[in-house]
Amino acid sequence: MSAQQTTAIGANIPVTIDGMDIRVPLKTTILDAAKELGIRIPTLCHHADLCEGGLCRVCVVEVEGKRTLQASCAYPITEPMKIKTSSAKVRKARKNILQLMLSNHAGDCTTCNRNQNCELQKLASEYGITTHPFGKVKRPKYAIDHSSLSVVRDNNKCILCRRCERTCAEIQGVNALVTANRGIETEIQTFMNLPLGDTMCINCGQCINRCPTGALQTVDATCDVWKAIDDPKKHVVIQTAPAPRAAIAECFGEAPGTPRTFEMNTALRRAGFNKVFDTNFTADLTILEEGTELLKRLYGALVQKDASVALPQFTSCSPGWIKYIEQFYPEYLPNVSSAKSPQQMFGALIKTYYAEKNGVDPKDIVSVSLMPCTAKKYECARPEMNDSGFKDIDYVLTTRELGKLIKEAGIDLPQMPKSDFDEPFGTATGSGVIFGATGGVMESAIRTVVELVCGIQIEDLFEHANVIPVRGFEGVRYAELPISAVGPVPEVLKDVVPDWNWLKDATLKVAICHGTANAQKVMDDIRAGGKFSECHFIEFMACPGGCLGGGGQPIPTNKDIRSKRANAIYAEDMAYTVRKSHLNEAVLRLYKEFLTDGIGGHKAHHLLHTSYTDRSLGVRGSNK
Amino acid sequence: MQALDKITLKEMSDELIATHGSAKAALIPILNKLRKNNVTIDATTLTTLAQTLRIAPSAIYGVVSFYSFLDHRPKGKHVIRVCQTMSCKMAGAAKVATALKSELGIEFGETTGDGLFTLEHTNCLGLCSEAPAMLLNETAHIKIDAVNVKDILKSIARATPVASN
Repeated sequence: MSAQQTTAIGANIPVTIDGMDIRVPLKTTILDAAKELGIRIPTLCHHADLCEGGLCRVCVVEVEGKRTLQASCAYPITEPMKIKTSSAKVRKARKNILQLMLSNHAGDCTTCNRNQNCELQKLASEYGITTHPFGKVKRPKYAIDHSSLSVVRDNNKCILCRRCERTCAEIQGVNALVTANRGIETEIQTFMNLPLGDTMCINCGQCINRCPTGALQTVDATCDVWKAIDDPKKHVVIQTAPAPRAAIAECFGEAPGTPRTFEMNTALRRAGFNKVFDTNFTADLTILEEGTELLKRLYGALVQKDASVALPQFTSCSPGWIKYIEQFYPEYLPNVSSAKSPQQMFGALIKTYYAEKNGVDPKDIVSVSLMPCTAKKYECARPEMNDSGFKDIDYVLTTRELGKLIKEAGIDLPQMPKSDFDEPFGTATGSGVIFGATGGVMESAIRTVVELVCGIQIEDLFEHANVIPVRGFEGVRYAELPISAVGPVPEVLKDVVPDWNWLKDATLKVAICHGTANAQKVMDDIRAGGKFSECHFIEFMACPGGCLGGGGQPIPTNKDIRSKRANAIYAEDMAYTVRKSHLNEAVLRLYKEFLTDGIGGHKAHHLLHTSYTDRSLGVRGSNK
Repeated sequence: MQALDKITLKEMSDELIATHGSAKAALIPILNKLRKNNVTIDATTLTTLAQTLRIAPSAIYGVVSFYSFLDHRPKGKHVIRVCQTMSCKMAGAAKVATALKSELGIEFGETTGDGLFTLEHTNCLGLCSEAPAMLLNETAHIKIDAVNVKDILKSIARATPVASN
């Protein structure tokens, strides 16, 4: 072994890129090494969240001594080398690659949903593509697939980067999208090329978020919402989830993590919404209903020794996760909390409680929700979501769609004066806000359960009520919470349990996971009787990072952006004076005025709880 | 063509998984064996296979659609694959193709009405020195021309008993 090789292995390797010297750890890719030096190499198939593709070749560079150009994203540095990233040869190759992609990229940029936020368009502009030397496909080859309630597929715009396929397999473990056929016939398909709406797709929209072009788009509800706003007979209300509020600024060119909640409220009113509500209200409500359900299950299992009680209890807020478990682990549906998601709880209350309280005929109400999520569009269309006597939620707008709507209204959102949410749901708590981040539901539940059971302040256990053990971005997290002392049963739970003595010296075991590929790990462990089967409560979120990384959030979304949005969410939580769900006065008023038979009571059950459907693998690999 | 028996599949796949180390590694050998046993590789087969191997049905579909010999589309009892590569073309493969089309009354990619023959193209079979060449199921036929392909077809049709219904 030569001296040079000895120093190279396991040590930092010297490389020269465009005449600049740098030492990088073994197996750093050329792409990352160049980034260190501030050199931007264009990419299309590469995505920080995914395994390397090395497919599109647009990142090619010249490596001295190599006969051909090399894909920098998939070239791990293992020896000292000299690299040129923008030589004439490289620029010409990149141009040709882009021209080849554009030659069968059918569609018109100005009418494309991704106009001005398209990676292909951006590169075509950067590389000065003004002609189509390889021709340009005139007639679209594929019919656009409108079968899904969440995702529109337009294969005519697909450049075969396979980010969607990798996302669906690696991050979500769903495998709804797959590369089919070979060579020039290669295309992204579903199982047996079924319409997407008939497949195992969970509607999470993570593929849309990673698509570099307009081949995958959200089912757009902005036209319907405008129609409702423009109709003077309609009373249009909107509820806004916490995650879009931490990201909407990105639609207006601001840095990720810029909170614009209160500016957005003003913008929404100016755009024509009659009322602006805070979904955190029903997030707090969820904690009370779902938390009570958990305590009932624990009491049933531990004290009444009822073998039919299903534990651990699973959260039910994430509609992507719900479709996932309905399809892949239907035998565990009894474990899923019957509490509806905050969106659907709110939907049921707006057309009943709010309508009654404000003298509005529910049939004139158009209930819109702003969500970070494309699966919410599927959720609101479920036949069981009509408990108010009407369709509980009429339309779901994703963060991206709202950005578009606000821009069309001519409003520069970041410049708006601040304004608060509307009554009677106005005041939410910090607990509701953190629902937007992975671990947030668990943290909120812990804040409430600890105070209600132990009779102490959560601050006694966790500084500033920040339950740090459940935070973070680790895919699967596990935490234990010993209950050393118990307090008296609070008034609201008198009907549920006689005392807490049975919980004394117990240890509450909880787990959190995000991304359904991680859910698969947890579910398989439970099935095998592993550690997670011993848990009492598990939070599942379909999307990486939780709602803040949802499929309806601004593009791009990546690790760095997710963590900035999380910071915005935790900062918003800290800014609230009330940060515990059970202290939300509007929620307590709701039980006093409307859901008069209490938490988990009959009326609450009718409006706030739901049931699930076994959608296990049918004969056709379809969910029908 | 026959449907897939779940229990037989389980036994067969377990054996092949043991040989090849993992379900993923055994996938192509399993698919090959199914094809040899004349099992129709359709949606039902793929789903059953997916459940047995615990691989996503779409992933198996991706593999099947990649290899033309594992095609999931319905095929005739006998599959004719005419080489479409340069050497065979230069030796007159086009005339053979025309003869086959007119004799069977179908285009390439189609199956005869009686379900007996499917006509396809294939890429190089490595028989350039004896071009033009074609595959009839797994048998290579060399130096074919417009006349002798008709004899080949006739002998096959004669050897195949007509299904009585």
